[in-house]
Amino acid sequence: MSFHPLMVYDPDKFQKSERVVVDEGPPFELTPERRAKLDEILSKYPPDRKRSAVLAALYLVQEQQGYLTGNGMKHIAPLLDLSPAEVEDVATYYVMFFREKVGRYVLQVCRTLSCALMGAERVTEALSEKLGIGVGETDASGMFTLLEFECLGACDRAPVVMVNNEHWHECVSPDSAGRLIDDLKSKGEAALTGCHLEVER
Amino acid sequence: MEPILTRYIKEPNSYTLDFSVKHGAYEGLKKALAMQPNDIIEVVKASGLRGRGGAGFPTGLKWQFVDKKTEPRYICCNADESEPGTFKDHVLMERNPHSLFEGCLIGCYAIGAKVAYIYIRGEFYHVQKVMEAELEKAYAAGYVGRNIMGSGFDCDIVIHRGAGAYEAGEETALIESLEGKRAQPRIKPPFPAIAGLYNKPTAVNNVETLCNLPPIVLNGAEWFASLGPEKNGGPKLYCISGHVKKPGVYEAPMKITLRELIYERAGGIRDNRRLKAVIPGGSSVPILLDHQLDIPASFDDVQKAGSMLGSAGIIVMDETTCMVWAARNLLYFYKHESCGKCTPCREGGDWLYKILTRIDAGEGSMRDIDLLVSIGGNIAGKTLCAFGDAAATPALTTVQHFREEFEAHVREGRCTVPADWRAANRVVSHAH
Repeated sequence: MSFHPLMVYDPDKFQKSERVVVDEGPPFELTPERRAKLDEILSKYPPDRKRSAVLAALYLVQEQQGYLTGNGMKHIAPLLDLSPAEVEDVATYYVMFFREKVGRYVLQVCRTLSCALMGAERVTEALSEKLGIGVGETDASGMFTLLEFECLGACDRAPVVMVNNEHWHECVSPDSAGRLIDDLKSKGEAALTGCHLEVER
Repeated sequence: MEPILTRYIKEPNSYTLDFSVKHGAYEGLKKALAMQPNDIIEVVKASGLRGRGGAGFPTGLKWQFVDKKTEPRYICCNADESEPGTFKDHVLMERNPHSLFEGCLIGCYAIGAKVAYIYIRGEFYHVQKVMEAELEKAYAAGYVGRNIMGSGFDCDIVIHRGAGAYEAGEETALIESLEGKRAQPRIKPPFPAIAGLYNKPTAVNNVETLCNLPPIVLNGAEWFASLGPEKNGGPKLYCISGHVKKPGVYEAPMKITLRELIYERAGGIRDNRRLKAVIPGGSSVPILLDHQLDIPASFDDVQKAGSMLGSAGIIVMDETTCMVWAARNLLYFYKHESCGKCTPCREGGDWLYKILTRIDAGEGSMRDIDLLVSIGGNIAGKTLCAFGDAAATPALTTVQHFREEFEAHVREGRCTVPADWRAANRVVSHAH
């Protein structure tokens, strides 16, 4: 059955409903410092509205463990007067939370129109080829994950690549993207200095 | 016009408290605290300040609607700048955060709020860290917190980090996200002015809107209104990106024409190519063509021309751009960012993307082009928030202005833009 000969009706690829369960992961507890940070954040919201701190709490879990697991969400739920399902509800909506193990460096390439007009697709292709992975995948060494992100909000310095939800690199070309990979492999975190605050166009 | 909002952004320390105070920061707040809150609302109304987030709704009116009989009340600053092509709030927060803090405090005083939540998008963490450090300094210096500048007015500012959701920029979805839920919009009415954050009266304002408050309080409503055309007063930040020689944020009154912005301020089209299409207000607004660019870049004039100023994110596309590819690129964005609450947007966005993929890969039919228009028409205006209209717009407006290009794709079974032009922008893809 199909509305158009070329519109594929494939129950294995589309139109299927599955319950995707977040991986339980190893036992999890926030470190005392992060627990204190969470308490400080909670004090900024009304005491009966702890739920407002859920994004901050999820960031703390992700910072400690690298990604979100079922146990991580179960740990923070009672701290926010929430059920684990309510935490999972939020965690599955926002794009910056990873629910699977990711590489040490998550490369987030902006793909929306202003960056695409300046060749962002070329950058993604170059990274994909250099690392030998497709978009959404992690390379064999477990060091790099390649993701496409939507408009990062620096369109005058397109194309833009964000790393680990924090470090920005701008005016990226296929060549400079390749160099970024090499620098990350040799220098590690010290290579994450491509933000315009250090490089003006 | 001398820049007002971006006057010092090229100075290396423009974001620091010392520099800002030396150049007039918190003077507007001092003057406001000596006025009556209702008088401030009257001044903002008289100035004609319109929201800079995209809707252009008069700010004074929005504040007037806030229910002043219910406690507590809130100001939410919408710093979730995610509209494709827009990056003005990024510059303001990075280089002039104290004007934002000052604007939040003036707003809180005007509507009687005790705390302003700045909802900043998660991807702006490098900006947020600087803002948090500066906020701490402002607290220490007595500009925020208890008994501000000895006036007896208490107010807090809280910076709340988002986590990557374009829909969180919609005012009720932002409130939902601040409350700790999925960023899905609420039905309006009730409007946030009556029942917003935690069901209390709330005013949600854009970063640039709030940054305009100190100059308005200091220099007066007539000054502000006189800077631009009638009902479109004040300085405006324009974000120019795409195929121009000098992309960036440019400040100008709204009398400046789109042509001047693109050809004079931004240096014209790269490689001296021909301009093909311009999106004047972020990807959610209709396209304008070359012959339509001699209009003032104001809310009213751009609307009269058939588009909207929106967030003033001007995306310039030259002749090397395939419009089918551009529409597909934007529809992927809308399909991805749809919150999923309303069926027309959730399902229709995906259908529009699939059809555009087929046409772009040369596997479409003539019927597909009509289908785009039909589906788009059934999404726009039929959703809880303006995202539906925004999702339908790229498909509808590209078909309206470049129908021959769509038909050529169908007839020839391939993208009809020359191969070397395609290579500069896009990768050839196949329907999936």
